[in-house]
Amino acid sequence: MQLTDLTIHQLHDLLRAGKTSSQEVTQAFLDRIADTDEHVNAFITVCPQEALQQAEAADARLKAGDAAPLTGIPLALKDIFVTEGLRTTCASQILNNFVPPYDGTAVAKLKEQGAVILGKLNMDEFAMGSSNENSSFGPVRNPWNKDCVPGGSSGGSAACVAARQAVATLGTDTGGSIRQPASHCGVVGLKPTYGRVSRYGVIAYASSLDQVGPVTRDVEDCAMLLGAVAGYDPADSTSVDVPVPDYLATLKDGVKGLKVGLPKEYFIEGLDPDVKKAVEKAVDILRELGAEPVEVSLPHTDYAVACYYLIATAEASSNLARYDGVRYGQRVDQEQGLIDMYRQSRAAGFGPEVKRRIMLGTYALSSGYYDAYYLKAQKVRTLIRQDFLDAFNQVDVILTPVAPTPAFEIGEKTANPLQMYLSDIFTIPVNLAGTCGMSLPCGMSQKGLPIGLQLIGRPFGEETLLRTAYAFEQAGDWHQQQAPL
Amino acid sequence: MLSKYEVVIGLEVHAQLTTNTKIFCNCSTTFGNEPNSQTCPVCLGLPGALPVLNKKVVEYAVRTGLATECSIAPRSLFARKNYFYPDLPKGYQISQFELPICEHGRLEIDTKDGKKTIGITRIHMEEDAGKLLHDSDAGSRVDLNRACTPLMEIVSEPDMSSADEAIAYLKKLHQIIVYLGVCDGNLEEGSFRCDANVSIRPWGQKELGTRAELKNINSFRFIKQAIDYEVERQADILEEGGRVVQETRLFDTDSGTSRSMRSKEEAHDYRYFPDPDLVPLLVSEEWIEQARLELPELPEAKIERFVKEYDIPHYDAEVLAAERTNADYYDALVKLHGNGKLCSNWVMGEVQRALNENGLKISDCPVTPQLLAGMLKRIDDNTISGKIAKKVFDAMWKSGKDSDTIIEEQGLKQVTDLSAIEPLVDEVIAANPGQVAEYRGGKEKLMGFFVGQIMKASKGKANPATLNELLKKKLAGE
Ligand SMILES: [Zn+2]
Repeated sequence: MQLTDLTIHQLHDLLRAGKTSSQEVTQAFLDRIADTDEHVNAFITVCPQEALQQAEAADARLKAGDAAPLTGIPLALKDIFVTEGLRTTCASQILNNFVPPYDGTAVAKLKEQGAVILGKLNMDEFAMGSSNENSSFGPVRNPWNKDCVPGGSSGGSAACVAARQAVATLGTDTGGSIRQPASHCGVVGLKPTYGRVSRYGVIAYASSLDQVGPVTRDVEDCAMLLGAVAGYDPADSTSVDVPVPDYLATLKDGVKGLKVGLPKEYFIEGLDPDVKKAVEKAVDILRELGAEPVEVSLPHTDYAVACYYLIATAEASSNLARYDGVRYGQRVDQEQGLIDMYRQSRAAGFGPEVKRRIMLGTYALSSGYYDAYYLKAQKVRTLIRQDFLDAFNQVDVILTPVAPTPAFEIGEKTANPLQMYLSDIFTIPVNLAGTCGMSLPCGMSQKGLPIGLQLIGRPFGEETLLRTAYAFEQAGDWHQQQAPL
Repeated sequence: MLSKYEVVIGLEVHAQLTTNTKIFCNCSTTFGNEPNSQTCPVCLGLPGALPVLNKKVVEYAVRTGLATECSIAPRSLFARKNYFYPDLPKGYQISQFELPICEHGRLEIDTKDGKKTIGITRIHMEEDAGKLLHDSDAGSRVDLNRACTPLMEIVSEPDMSSADEAIAYLKKLHQIIVYLGVCDGNLEEGSFRCDANVSIRPWGQKELGTRAELKNINSFRFIKQAIDYEVERQADILEEGGRVVQETRLFDTDSGTSRSMRSKEEAHDYRYFPDPDLVPLLVSEEWIEQARLELPELPEAKIERFVKEYDIPHYDAEVLAAERTNADYYDALVKLHGNGKLCSNWVMGEVQRALNENGLKISDCPVTPQLLAGMLKRIDDNTISGKIAKKVFDAMWKSGKDSDTIIEEQGLKQVTDLSAIEPLVDEVIAANPGQVAEYRGGKEKLMGFFVGQIMKASKGKANPATLNELLKKKLAGE
């Protein structure tokens, strides 16, 4: 077994026992990145020098007996996290030269623990996409099959873990951007409850939906990394002051008596047969472990995608207004006056999907259309949230597929944005409801592509989610499958 | 011609709040520093930065709302106002749109026809933009020190019908917010800016005429000029059979005229929507009551109290209460001394004169209420006369010493001893036999001449009452 095959908890034990050093582990991952990333393209920026310096500091801390759970563990970050002194692009040409002067809260928390940051990960530009084909730094390839997409928008975060280029990564999830790529790449990804992790220092796509979360090799790592970044932050007004439980303490409590809801609206025609089979098998396994499956209804599911594409784009149209070429990022210089400078800088800096969403959102907020689109969408959002709260009166967790199909081929859906938007049909409602959801491997398609299982929890119910996921994971060996790379 | 039309004016005032830090970050709000030295990721609008509301700003807005009889919203929202401009780093301004913090208030003003109530539509909080510095050779630069400093916008109903009423309203509002300590009221530095919505309609017409919005007028004088000019301009258009168009106009203080900035068709669609980075602002009933209790005494109440408790004329009370620092000085003085009228005479007289001469504010007055009260007591107990007191006051102003020390050092103590005054009286009577004869012949106005002569001889120290009494007797030949 190689160092790069290990999990956070395994490496933590080895580091603590002095059986390896952070420098050795970090070097192993840097070598692995050098060997594999031309096939995966998971990284936008690798920072070997800084990483090795951080590893050295971590080793000193380990030697002093002052190790936190993540001390010396090599991680990588979606390039949406603002990092002090380290270029942060959001996979956009408009930020291709942007070096932030500050660290966001989640990153600062990782650094406080002494984690090692290997670099910044590829993604769909401004987190807008479901396939990672919208990156201005080229698409990420699925480590299980290089012709397939890794999912998006945190495609780099998921592919990186699957390719064993970092032990774990952070991503962000606005409509499925952690869970869907985790599912396509056969790794574990969790979108926490809105307000659980600070958004300070995370480049905003859709502020009322964005949430930071871990992408890891197994459920225990997921619990550890979530525990490291979760918590109230006075710098983020939307973060919520709820104590962070010790996720590891209840991880192994099992699922006996747990009620698992199966929303009938999610098991529909058109669901890929391999996916359907794998998810149904997962239900059987949980039943065998002592859980009780119950059918539930989320009646407003059909409206979720439309609702999402109004709210998310409306917020995005405003969030992305600051990229105007005035103070940072790319400016087109041969401009004819101010308005032309805005036009040309934004025309050159943003990719087609970003432009499409800015236009859609601008339209939804326009005078005369606001009530019919944005306001109506907000009302629908309230109904969708209520659907979940009602369901959680009957059950403890909800179980669904993550995506209707396994990873599709690169280029397969780029010509049809609507088709692409539907790949988030099962993940979007969770963001609209503001609650937590996670994806973990539950099978393989006939073509050898991973299939993910989605578990959805009550607001701030990450503990139950992780406990259920752990029980399921330990009953099988899907998490031990490795991408053939 | 103007009398054919009724003038309708509504005002929007932007008041800069005097909090120490900005509305959504911890940067300082002080002026005049190196460009961009008072900035952070939040007010620079850097990617990933998020706003956090400064509670002090809410407190100030609530205070203003309570002082203008607004209802305070238990739940209000911040919204984004979207537009592009280089001084606006996020591409939107955080403001309030639906559900502002205060609504439905009013303010009473004095007009030539008596009291009039002006409705206040709403008061809301928002952030200011930065500043563009235009440099001829290096192009334009952006200074974001002012970005994100707190503003309060106070919108009136279209209840004013002349420039004079508009000015009365603005002065009243200005006085209140300065009294509340929420704004320094500095018009030149732009801490108190005004936009005016002006329209006219034939008398008796129910619906409002088309309005023009006059932007950013920064002195009471210009407001009058701008409104008068606008009323005349609109009347001219109507008289010629034309139609007023809805537009925003910029007043030019040099020419005293205005020009169109943009028409309604060119107006921005600001695409307001609730800012998802800020949670709804909840203000509890207890908090509002607390703020109400902590409200300072406002000018109206102060004037009434001064008249009632200190027994001074309404005019005096109004002058004294016009500025809070003045009123505080006077209040402290009366509390130490007791005679309201004597105190108001001194504050409005000598104190004001000396301040004007030295270009000082009353808060910097070297003669404190304590020093002044000590001296006034020496007038009361006849140690010095009112005339000598002015000399003592000037000496206190210059030296900072108390009045007793100065009276002692300079030998200014009043002479009340008859035996000391009598020789002086006799001397003057003896030296002016002609005037004595005239006086005795009925020209009693000469009394002043004798008093003056004797005062001069006593170097002003003779007690005027004692002197008068003695002189009268002597002149009467007793
Ligand atoms: Zn700041």
